[in-house]
Amino acid sequence: MRVYKVLKKIIHLGAKGLARSVSVDLNNDASLLIDIPDALCERDKVKFTVHTKTTLGTFQKPEFSVSRQHEDFIWLHDTLVETEEYAGLIIPPAPPKPDFESPREKMHKLGEGEASMTKEEYAKMKQELEAEYLAVFKKTVQVHEIFLQRLSSHPVFSKDRNFQIFLEYDQDLSVRRKNAKEMFGGFFKNMVKTADEVLISGTKEVDEFFDQEKTFLLDYFSKIKDATSKAEKMTRSHKNVADDYIHVSATLNSLSAEDSTPLKHLEKLADLFEKLRKVEGRVASDQELKLTELLRYYMRDIQAAKDLLYRRARALADYENANKALDKARLKSKDVAQAQQHQQQCLQKFDTLSESGKKELTSFKGRRVLAFRKNLIEMAELEIKHAKSNMALLQGCVELLKSN
Amino acid sequence: MAASSERSPPPFPEGDEQEPEAEPEDGDSDEGEDIFIGNTKPVEIKPSAMAREPRSEVTAKGQGDIISDPLGELFPNVVEEPSGALVSEPPTDIFSEEESVVTDSKANIDPSTISKANGVHSDEEQDLFSEATVELSLDSPRNERKKIENTRPPVAAPTVSVPPSTSKVASKTLEELEEEEEEDKFELNISITNPEKVGDGMNAYMAYQLSTQTTLPMFRSKSFTVRRRFSDFLGLYEKLSEKHSQNGYIVPPPPEKSILGMTKVKVGKEDSSSAEFVERRRAALERYLQRVVSHPSLLQDPDVREFLERDELPRAVSTQTLSGAGFLKMINRATDAVSKMTIKMNESDIWFEEKLQEVELEEQQLRKLHIVVDTLVSHRKELSVNTGVFAKSVAMLGSSEDNTALSRALSQLAEVEDKMEQLHQDQANNDFFVFAELLADYIRLLGAVRGCFDQRMKAWQRWQDAQTMLQRKRENEAKLLWANKPEKLQQAKDEIAEWESKVTQYDTDFERISATVRKEVLRFEKEKTRDFKKQIIKYLESLQHSQQQLIKYWEAFLPEAKAIA
Repeated sequence: MRVYKVLKKIIHLGAKGLARSVSVDLNNDASLLIDIPDALCERDKVKFTVHTKTTLGTFQKPEFSVSRQHEDFIWLHDTLVETEEYAGLIIPPAPPKPDFESPREKMHKLGEGEASMTKEEYAKMKQELEAEYLAVFKKTVQVHEIFLQRLSSHPVFSKDRNFQIFLEYDQDLSVRRKNAKEMFGGFFKNMVKTADEVLISGTKEVDEFFDQEKTFLLDYFSKIKDATSKAEKMTRSHKNVADDYIHVSATLNSLSAEDSTPLKHLEKLADLFEKLRKVEGRVASDQELKLTELLRYYMRDIQAAKDLLYRRARALADYENANKALDKARLKSKDVAQAQQHQQQCLQKFDTLSESGKKELTSFKGRRVLAFRKNLIEMAELEIKHAKSNMALLQGCVELLKSN
Repeated sequence: MAASSERSPPPFPEGDEQEPEAEPEDGDSDEGEDIFIGNTKPVEIKPSAMAREPRSEVTAKGQGDIISDPLGELFPNVVEEPSGALVSEPPTDIFSEEESVVTDSKANIDPSTISKANGVHSDEEQDLFSEATVELSLDSPRNERKKIENTRPPVAAPTVSVPPSTSKVASKTLEELEEEEEEDKFELNISITNPEKVGDGMNAYMAYQLSTQTTLPMFRSKSFTVRRRFSDFLGLYEKLSEKHSQNGYIVPPPPEKSILGMTKVKVGKEDSSSAEFVERRRAALERYLQRVVSHPSLLQDPDVREFLERDELPRAVSTQTLSGAGFLKMINRATDAVSKMTIKMNESDIWFEEKLQEVELEEQQLRKLHIVVDTLVSHRKELSVNTGVFAKSVAMLGSSEDNTALSRALSQLAEVEDKMEQLHQDQANNDFFVFAELLADYIRLLGAVRGCFDQRMKAWQRWQDAQTMLQRKRENEAKLLWANKPEKLQQAKDEIAEWESKVTQYDTDFERISATVRKEVLRFEKEKTRDFKKQIIKYLESLQHSQQQLIKYWEAFLPEAKAIA
């Protein structure tokens, strides 16, 4: 619980590394600049301070801030999804719920193992844990920030009314949220989704572009999902190794302290391990940021792209149904005009969807490739950098030992 | 002689007890002939404790024996097992060699010989002589000593065809001798290789190839190979321990038995864990034997030589856990533990008490560290596995990626991660074999060190008990005198004489063992420091190598990532 108190204070976050990494060219448009400068962690809830700077006349003030919770973001996302006009657009994936489970578990274990550690060891582990908490915290802030920035940089979404409310409304959004939930209901959404999956796989695709996209996205999604979970496991193992170095260092320290016989070089070794673990810790967290986060983000983005395909498939189904209805009406010679109108509507909807869908998917592809490129380059460079520091540390210690 | 724990070093040649020792220092000329006459005082090297009785036994053996195994005579313990063990040695061995044996015998066998002295220092002075002696004694027990003292070739005993080994001057300092110790260490190289499964089913066992390369004269040839199995090593340990630990020597403990590990191998499970088990055992056996042969006194032991050289060794059944000998050992250990608890020693030399505490503390700490390092090993192995799994996943992702450049980059990434898997696995092995096993070895060794402190305590107890007995006998005599029973008096007087000599002997024993323990501990500490330093450097260099590889892999990947468009 002590560690928790540390995080209760307001944490100022300046780094926008993740934002720029996963989605290049966001927040460039000066007409609407959004960021999350501060966040507060209270118990289980994280309160984000959303800060907006705008030159658009649609807003009441040129600069303002509001406090939002994670649920508010979800509400915003859901409303966008349910908005018909946006059916042909890739809705930016909703930010995942802040998950402090892993550091919390570790903190619990640390508390249990406190008795068996030396004071310094415990302090270091606590430090490490605090860093981890902070990292999770930073990540969640950034992921929420990116969500908003993708909206603000999108020609259509930036004008969304609910988006404006989200940014501006200076009171608690929870009332509005409740209404929305009643209207849309998560259960309904899930039902629709499964139906979509069946639909999409069953429908024959005439358009080559969409056909290719469908195959690609479905396949890619499952692969990237798998890669994400494997990457998570790998990064966690890496963190374990870094943590082990702490224990090795601490035990070596007590060994060299109490040992009067000439095992003095153990002290230097203890030092070395302490330094090494910092580097290893960075390696693990950089890997997480550049690789795991990248995969995670694009997994969600691809899901959003898939959703677009579902909507289009639904529109196609609607159109086909309308066609059938029209034929029926023609047969019965009843309500033909109505049916015809309906059919035209559906066709139009489907066409707009297809057109904008195509645009969105193409730009998505480009975005994704760029993001991967950037992150893979950065990760490789960081790995090299850290390995070089490790080598320097090791070299120094070896020389020190040899010279004695 | 009052039963007091305080001792003043008896003057060097003292009374009858010292005679054997005194002799070598004396008559030069006799020596050569003596051997062949089967003289009464063969190797002076023997610790004085062995002084009397054993002597006679040895002589009784007759000339042949003495000649054939001067080596055996070097050993204090030899006395305990007279003829039997010694005769087996082929005479040719010793005499065909040119040089004298390793100087290494030096520092260690000696204190025993000149055990009078209490302090280490007085020992050292005398050591010089004994060392000098011991060195050459392999050639011919007597001659060398003479040689050394005369700083010139031996009084060539006729049959001793060995050219004067070395004119190792008696005035060598301890340091110089130790330096030679170091050099000579490299005159004997041991390696254990090629584990092979012999037989099938539950009677199967692993046979290891033991190769020796040496320039030491005491061996038949310069390089030879034998096959040994695990129980042989245990058998060697048993023999060495029996002979030497009670004299305060630190006998390196062998690797542990592992029923589970061996069962897997026997059953024929051909997986990585049993391969790892075999490799672990092989490395441990190698290290064990290297420690044994780098111990100057132990190297002199004929059992060690036999172990290295002899083609077929009788099976060491007494090492089996479920054998009669095994049970006996367990019982002995239990009684030892109990008696250890009840012995309260009046420590006259605070050095021993402090040192024992240090040893115990260090053992505790090493155990903790070992646990921590073990965790590191398993986590790294986990990391390796997870990296491999991830690599495959990335490969799949790359194959379904439609952008060609990105697709290629992803497959390259998969390859890099694949290499990382191997890297982590190798590093985990290093963590284990270089670091963790070092700790495990020293935890066991520290146990052995504690053991020799225990032996010292036992010797002290024996001495105290003898003193008590003597006191009782004296009281008895007084009683008899008072009661005026002359017939029993003579017997009482005899008993007193008997116990008086026992007390003296045990006292001397105790001093000798104390000196040995002290010396052994100092030697052990030096070796430990050296060992640790060497292994730690090796370990760090392996970590460095890993990082180097890492850099190579990622640098190769970078252009691929940059090529994405």
